[in-house]
Amino acid sequence: MMVVYPLVFAALLFSVGVYGVLSRRNAVLVLMSVEIMLVAATINLVVFGQLAAARLGDVLLSGQVFALFVIAVGAAEVGVGLAIVLLMYRNRATVNIDDADLMKF
Amino acid sequence: MTGADVVMLGIAVIGGSAALLVVTARNVVHAALYLVVALLSVAGTFLLVGAEFLAWTQVLVYVGAVVVLILFGLMLTRAPIGPMAQHNESARLALLVSVALFGFLTTMILGAFGGDVLPLAHTTAGDLGEVLYVAWAFPFMVLGFFLTVSLIGAIILARREEGEGPEPLLDPDLATGRPEPAATDASSTPGVTRPSEEVPR
Repeated sequence: MMVVYPLVFAALLFSVGVYGVLSRRNAVLVLMSVEIMLVAATINLVVFGQLAAARLGDVLLSGQVFALFVIAVGAAEVGVGLAIVLLMYRNRATVNIDDADLMKF
Repeated sequence: MTGADVVMLGIAVIGGSAALLVVTARNVVHAALYLVVALLSVAGTFLLVGAEFLAWTQVLVYVGAVVVLILFGLMLTRAPIGPMAQHNESARLALLVSVALFGFLTTMILGAFGGDVLPLAHTTAGDLGEVLYVAWAFPFMVLGFFLTVSLIGAIILARREEGEGPEPLLDPDLATGRPEPAATDASSTPGVTRPSEEVPR
């Protein structure tokens, strides 16, 4: 398999995630876009890990282990992010992320 | 073009269009369901490059847990379920930025890895476990500690603080800072007695 196919797929997912983060109003949808960006990074880790295992003889499977770590960190990030969104909804009765501008200079 | 290339292109088309639908869907629940398709296509990519354990972890953690958590978040924040305007005024600029980013990344990837072939090497869960519990044991335990700490923090952030401080219904002086419509209704309505005045002992 050509290396560029999964890498371009990851780049596409990352760009779509960037668009979602920049343009969505709903904070939960922004979190979903952040998840898309995270899995794009995970694809890169796995593909380059397999490439390193084939070319450089990486026996520690660093790419896959780091991808596993990113998946766990992503799960934790969703938990904390949804807690913050729920707190914002309870205090301000909105999930529009443009309204959370208290610290905007 | 081998069979793996064809399958990878199909997965990329399905996953890319599902991700596009996630960020453009006008219905938030539909966006969450399209996210399932996008994450499943990522799991298919992992299977194709030979990372078997990661593919099933992706299905279990992301499709099983994260999407359910996001659906709960949509439900608890009472997000408008029907179609509505979901994009802010800078959507055009965001589109420009993301298209430019995609063009840049694709140019760089094609220039650097244009003709390279990824050898298909299968990695089983056993292979991953042998390095994960030996060479990566300490980072793995740190990761478990981190996950515990962050989920406890999420619980503390999200829980309703009822046990802390005096009850706003019983102490009207302290209830002014917190919007509690039930307390003001109960005190102003003549027919309803408040619980503190109910039993004078």
